[in-house]
Amino acid sequence: MSELTLFLIRAAFLAILWIFVLSAISVIRSDMFGARVPETARGAAPVPERRKGKAARKPRRGAPTHLVVVEGENPGTRAELADAPLLIGRGSDAAIKLDDDYVSTRHARVAASGDEWFVEDLGSTNGTYVGPVRITQPTTIGLGVQVRVGKTILELRK
Amino acid sequence: MSQTGPLMGFVHRRRRGAELFLLVLALAVGIGAYAAVGLGVEGAVPADMVGYGGWLTGLIIAAHITVRVVAPYADPVLLPLVAALNGLGLAVIHRLDLTYEAMGQDQHTFARQQLIWMTLGVVLFVTTLLLLRDHRVLQRLTYTAGLAGILLLVLPFLPVIGRNINGARIWINLAGFSFQPGEVAKVLLVIAFSGYLVLHRDALALAGRRVVFIDLPRGRDLGPILAMFGVSMMILVLQNDLGSSLLFFGLFLAMLYVATERPGWLVVGGLMFGAGALAAYTFVGNVQNRFNFWLHPLDYYDASPGSYQLVEALFGQGWGGLIGRGLGNGFPERVPFAYSDFIISTIGEELGLTAVMAIIVCYGLIVERALRIALISRDGFGKLMAVGLGSIVALQVFVVIGGVTGLIPLTGLTTPFLSYGGSSLVANWVIIALLLRISDQARRPAPRLEPADDTSDDSESTQVVKLR
Repeated sequence: MSELTLFLIRAAFLAILWIFVLSAISVIRSDMFGARVPETARGAAPVPERRKGKAARKPRRGAPTHLVVVEGENPGTRAELADAPLLIGRGSDAAIKLDDDYVSTRHARVAASGDEWFVEDLGSTNGTYVGPVRITQPTTIGLGVQVRVGKTILELRK
Repeated sequence: MSQTGPLMGFVHRRRRGAELFLLVLALAVGIGAYAAVGLGVEGAVPADMVGYGGWLTGLIIAAHITVRVVAPYADPVLLPLVAALNGLGLAVIHRLDLTYEAMGQDQHTFARQQLIWMTLGVVLFVTTLLLLRDHRVLQRLTYTAGLAGILLLVLPFLPVIGRNINGARIWINLAGFSFQPGEVAKVLLVIAFSGYLVLHRDALALAGRRVVFIDLPRGRDLGPILAMFGVSMMILVLQNDLGSSLLFFGLFLAMLYVATERPGWLVVGGLMFGAGALAAYTFVGNVQNRFNFWLHPLDYYDASPGSYQLVEALFGQGWGGLIGRGLGNGFPERVPFAYSDFIISTIGEELGLTAVMAIIVCYGLIVERALRIALISRDGFGKLMAVGLGSIVALQVFVVIGGVTGLIPLTGLTTPFLSYGGSSLVANWVIIALLLRISDQARRPAPRLEPADDTSDDSESTQVVKLR
């Protein structure tokens, strides 16, 4: 094998290597600056679609139907998930109104996204816990997952 | 570690097509290197080219399809980078194998073993992604992971399965397979550290008293993690594994710094490192040798233990120059362990500085992606885990490449994905799977909940009745 061929092979390989590295960088670059889905499309466009979806939503078998207080000042208090989003708090507009001193007026919210149910803290003083963890973002909850607000524990039930 | 930054308004795309494109290029790098090795060493394209290329392609495609199905929003660059590095590493190890075979050495099937390990790594990568649908599950295993990590570190001390290879007692031997449990332990300890720190970081950062310049946290906050860290450090020092102790120390420090946002930790850690290094230099002869080899490599060329390995590696890299001698046209076999710790010197000799720079950029990109995942991740545990996993790669690369190029004293560690070493390769594939899982969660658009009806409840909220 001649010296020139070997040189060309080496040069070709180094070229491939660098083409790979540069393409990777360019993917990262467009990943950083190329958000092609603008905020408006995210906020405005899907709204009508979502309303339609909500109207058409049929509870699947095995899907939770109501939220119930299992422990605390008002055990047994329940709210139907069909009325979602459900507000949890001490305020009079809350779907689940709690007489717990450690609960804020507008404490947390349970809402659906697609088939999944989420609990979201609304800036409460004492926080909302899913299991042992204080949540900082909307968090998925399933059947029987214990959500703690103040001294009260709530659950999704069928 | 604020939860909502300017990054949060950003909508990420899936970019699986971009990943596929990059994977094709990565395969071209891996298979191209294999062909170039055949052409350079034997003057012909290797006979098993199709089989080897097909196997590699199959593995990569399997990984890609898994990502497509179970982690569609995952980062598109990590998998191709890893695939390219692993492919290149395999080719370079194969090139050394050919020479070892020609020299009549017994062991010349490193590449084949590495390919088996890579297959196992990809299988574990796929399994991790399939089984672990939400990385937050791992937070429940904080203490279990810590305990398991320490147990794994202790394993090599056990009489029957423990092995002492090349002066370090870090191996276990099970059914003919040698394995370094420490490689798996580092992943487990990252999980343990992040699970602990995410719960206690406020207490660590805020409670406690001020001594001289730094706020010392309370013992009960720092105690458990310090114990976890101390035990693992002690084990590593007893095992005479300098590289890994350095890795764990840096990892612990980086995670503590990120969790508490206190630069004071870096100062404390730096001082502790200085003190530890000085103590090691004074009392451990091995460390003194390493420093001497680093400062005056040529003086110890003929000594025993000497700097023969390092000097040959430096000669090789110097001879390689800017674009190298070409695969198969150098003498990397002159360097002992050219296929594992010193694989960078082999690449430097045969592909030159150009390829070494490309490799360092690849590692830089892996670390950058890990930190990026940490930035955009929505939960603290994921953030800390991504930082921890990223710093493992960063520290390992710095220590190894720095050592081989003579920037810092040499300590033995594997170059992630490149060098021969099954345990390390498997653990690194799992690290990448975890990073992809966190990034999938982080880049997935936030669930859009129905807005709380803010219009109807004016009566409840406080109103500004009159200004002034």
